[in-house]
Amino acid sequence: MNDVLVGIILATLGAGTPLVFAALGELITEKSGVLNLGVEGMMLVGAVCGFAVAADTGSLWLGVVTAMTAGAFMALLFGVLTLTFQANQVAAGLALTIFGVGLSAYIGLEYTSVALTGLQAVHIPLLSSMPLIGPTIFSLDPLMYLSFVLLAAISYFLYRSKAGLLLRAIGESPRSAHSIGYPVIRIRYLAVLFGGGMAGLGGAYLALVYTPLWVEGMTAGRGWISLALVVFATWRPARVILGAYLFGGVTILQLHVQGLGIDLPAQLLSSLPYIATIVVLVLISRDINTIRLNSPASIGKTFHPGA
Amino acid sequence: MRFKIEARPQPSARMAYLSPLIAVGLTLFTGLILSTLVGTNPLDAFYAFFIAPIDDWYGLGELGVKAAPLMLIAVGLAIGFRANIWNIGAEGQLAVGAICGGGLALWFYESSSVFLLPAMIVAGCIGGMLWSSIPAFLRTRFNTNEILVSLMLNYVAVLILSYLVHDPWRDPSGFNFPESRLFTDAASLPIILDGTRLHAGFIIALLVVALGWVFVRKSFVGYKMQVVGMADSAALYAGFRRKHMVWIGLLAGGGAAGIAGISEVAGPIGQLLPSVSPGYGYAAIIVAFVGRLHPVGILFASLLMSLLYLGGESAQMLLGLPSAVTGVFQGVLLFFLLAADLFINYRIRREPAVSPIVAATAADTEVTP
Amino acid sequence: MTDGAGNPQIVTMRLELRNITKAYPAVIANDDVSLEVLPGEIHAVLGENGAGKSTLMKVIYGVTKADAGKILWNGKAVNIPNPAQARRLGIGMVFQHFSLFETLTVAENIALAVEEEFDLDALSTRIREVSERYGLPLDPRRLVHSLSVGERQRVEIVRCLLQEPQLLIMDEPTSVLTPQAVRKLFETLRRLADEDCSILYISHKLEEIRVLCHKATVMRGGKVTGEADPRQETVASLARMMIGRDLPVCEHPEFDGGGEPLLVIDGLSQKSDDPFGTDLKDIHLSVRSGEIFGIAGISGNGQKELLAALSGELPIDRANIAPITICGVAAGTLRADGRRDLGMAFVPEERLGRGAVPPMSLSDNALLTGHRTGMVRFGLIEDALARVFAERCVEDFDVRCAGVHATARSLSGGNLQKFIVGREILQNPRVLVVAQPTWGVDVGAAAAIRQALIDLRNAGVAIFVVSEELEELFEICDRIAVIADGRLSPVKRSSDTDMEEIGLWMSGMFPGGPAAEDVSHAV
Repeated sequence: MNDVLVGIILATLGAGTPLVFAALGELITEKSGVLNLGVEGMMLVGAVCGFAVAADTGSLWLGVVTAMTAGAFMALLFGVLTLTFQANQVAAGLALTIFGVGLSAYIGLEYTSVALTGLQAVHIPLLSSMPLIGPTIFSLDPLMYLSFVLLAAISYFLYRSKAGLLLRAIGESPRSAHSIGYPVIRIRYLAVLFGGGMAGLGGAYLALVYTPLWVEGMTAGRGWISLALVVFATWRPARVILGAYLFGGVTILQLHVQGLGIDLPAQLLSSLPYIATIVVLVLISRDINTIRLNSPASIGKTFHPGA
Repeated sequence: MRFKIEARPQPSARMAYLSPLIAVGLTLFTGLILSTLVGTNPLDAFYAFFIAPIDDWYGLGELGVKAAPLMLIAVGLAIGFRANIWNIGAEGQLAVGAICGGGLALWFYESSSVFLLPAMIVAGCIGGMLWSSIPAFLRTRFNTNEILVSLMLNYVAVLILSYLVHDPWRDPSGFNFPESRLFTDAASLPIILDGTRLHAGFIIALLVVALGWVFVRKSFVGYKMQVVGMADSAALYAGFRRKHMVWIGLLAGGGAAGIAGISEVAGPIGQLLPSVSPGYGYAAIIVAFVGRLHPVGILFASLLMSLLYLGGESAQMLLGLPSAVTGVFQGVLLFFLLAADLFINYRIRREPAVSPIVAATAADTEVTP
Repeated sequence: MTDGAGNPQIVTMRLELRNITKAYPAVIANDDVSLEVLPGEIHAVLGENGAGKSTLMKVIYGVTKADAGKILWNGKAVNIPNPAQARRLGIGMVFQHFSLFETLTVAENIALAVEEEFDLDALSTRIREVSERYGLPLDPRRLVHSLSVGERQRVEIVRCLLQEPQLLIMDEPTSVLTPQAVRKLFETLRRLADEDCSILYISHKLEEIRVLCHKATVMRGGKVTGEADPRQETVASLARMMIGRDLPVCEHPEFDGGGEPLLVIDGLSQKSDDPFGTDLKDIHLSVRSGEIFGIAGISGNGQKELLAALSGELPIDRANIAPITICGVAAGTLRADGRRDLGMAFVPEERLGRGAVPPMSLSDNALLTGHRTGMVRFGLIEDALARVFAERCVEDFDVRCAGVHATARSLSGGNLQKFIVGREILQNPRVLVVAQPTWGVDVGAAAAIRQALIDLRNAGVAIFVVSEELEELFEICDRIAVIADGRLSPVKRSSDTDMEEIGLWMSGMFPGGPAAEDVSHAV
């Protein structure tokens, strides 16, 4: 029984971790007042680039770094469009996703049947031999540990540092930030790039750890679910991670329901995470003030420093 | 000497028309550069992409076959987009349209009534509308973001379709392949050009484009939706009902996508399959933007996008390029369009004289009018 | 005290601008502007809206870059590429539209503008010290959205004072204050000047400048049109320098008590739908045919909510139907269009984006509310009728534009306001609700708009005006009331009261007003 529980917990964490990365990145982007709907595309391009480099060089870590770089490069495209060319953020985000889906399919053609050994778990001596929490907290893969560190770092950054204060301020009123002399566009670029790098990392986790495989369109909407998670978390990092594991749990649940021999069509079970996303969004958006009070006030609006 | 981007006093009407053309030109140029880089003769690539697919009647027919669903969906989506209602669930609405219309065809499999086909189209339209009414209801009742809801429903719809053709609607004599029975003639759209696959769905699409034009350019509801999109507060001030606009925007997109869905399965496909669309629902978003959210523009943009699809297939056959390049070029096209749109409201000016103050402070942001 | 009479040979100028020019695509905002400010001098920059004052200040503060010209700071040529550099030099600026962040605390707001180690506790202590020293009480822990407009201005001033500035730029600082609060602000400014801080005081209010400033530079159309010692000038002579002619005066016939009440609010209490907004508390008023009824008050005291309740732009709350009667019909359950059908018209505070759709033509903007005059048949738009309507509006109300095909955003603020007022008046309303009729409008257009309102009143329309400009209310209104913290004061005939009393009331000190409970919110 204990083994089954450990298995479920580990699987949940594994399914949730790509969402943690992508949603934390998007959270920082949105805090600066920019809505990047291209997470799905950035994740896919990150996943395929990371997988390709890992497969060609044999170095998983090089793959991870490449994935982050590729995600950030995609985000740069988005930044140039929306921040420099002042394009509509919704349209540019959709374009980024459509482009990312196509580009990743193109790059990934040669890698669809390649097999890799994914990142292995790191067993922390002594602690990992404790019952239940040993295998579920102290025997995880390094990227999972990284996700915990990132959560702590992002929480500190947002609520304890001046730079984080500035980021929140820009998300609320770029006009005010500009008039007291901050380079709004430059800071938004940084936030967008960070979001892209994190989406790439989320993609890398899928392709290099979780599966580890490259399959066309393998994110299967996880980028979009990450976007929903940020809303669900009312733009707070700790809630992002909770939400991510919740979705991880739903994903795992459908597998186990099938395993338990409950006779429901596989396709209907597979649609559970998407339906859960909708339900959760409805619950959190029901009160208009929850969103209004928590969302960055300038989100999605183009800012012109001149005028 | 440096260049500066400055605001135009009036938005340029000329640039509004030119920018899709510029975007197409730049995409073409990028394609030629890329094909050179991967070692293909650019002229061969150009021929394979843009000439070979449409050098005969059959090819032209195929252009129409693929353009029809794109223009249908894009006209419907554009009605919502003009009011900032972002329905990106057309792919799912298309699938549900195919399910509802196709379901009718399977249900009345023995029927040869002339009413079967019209009923299927109506059912497809209603199915698409039903699917898009979910985000509309959640948006108006619970303030839920329609972008995410409509997108999530794409996955759900495709999974339902997959379930149906794998199990209850599977062709009993189909060797266990996940596909329905082939539709009878009474349940299939007639071919309108002999020797091609061009079917009556193309005419339906043109009719919808014409209807869309009247709605957008002439109707007061279309005006109201434009006001909502351009200035939400002004719509509130005038007393236009935002909720109605959300419903209209989403139902228009859903209905059009539903018709596209049934036209596909009752037209070129002829049966229900696990996948009934090569991403038309997403490509139509690009078509809508490239067409300036205007029905006439969309007509041309859908032909262009259709050519991109055909070009991708033909390049695969002639040059061995993967068909995934189609998706890449769709994205690139939209990128260039969005970038070129800047010049509707801004222009580039050369700054001739360099004053002492400016010289010392040249490190400013790029877009400072 | 050093003032304009100081000897320029001995004293180095604190700030000298030489031949500053700044052009935008459509307009030259500053055309060869030169200006000198002495240490400890309170120097007025006087001009109409659009005269180029704000652009000039942004150049000094490093927000905007001049195309040509030179800035000398304490005798030395300097470049000011950004506000941080301006602050390092010792220049502080209090913006007209505050540059504050609503969801952050006072201390966090100030921390973002000072260059020192990030330590909110230490900073809070210093904020308290400085604010007490200058008589500007502030609680550093409070969130900015909970502050009144006056308090927000204090945050901006204290933020500057913490940097011990040598030059303080104040952009239209009194537009948000009561006459009493203005006097307190002037005390603070004089004290700063005594401590050798120079002050650049931007305003279009002539009386204030005469009372406060040592010197005035007058601007018109981007150029300096004169310099004066305002203490030696009259309001009329300053006005001539500012607008190039005498101040226009409105013709305003005697108030006859008005006819039947056409707009009645009978006990309106409403929670604001904006979490940072003001709740309305038991408001009673009635506006009669043939009168102009004015609401005074400091912005953010419920004006926005009251106007939205009147206009029908709020979502209808079935459980708490607003007790509003328009022309004798209960209108609480009607939306904006339903209320218009009863004969009400509305000119909102925001012109671009609310009163008009910025990228649409004037002709299409006429349709926005004018469609009910028969421009729509069978659900289709009659373009020709909309065009004729817009043309009439442009002609009757002297809207300067490139034609009815010109977009709303291409018009100046004054001309767009004339168009919107015209569009509403041409629909022959029986009740007209107007918010900030002349806010940010040049003197000529303002006079035309006020006259149009008075003419309409003479024709028997009931007019309801909300304005933050007391002078304007006293010029056009027959009766006046004050709104403070969502409560309405008693109503007075404007001939029976004066600015002093209304000013006191604006801070909540009226019978039944909020001042007894919460003075800080209103001041």
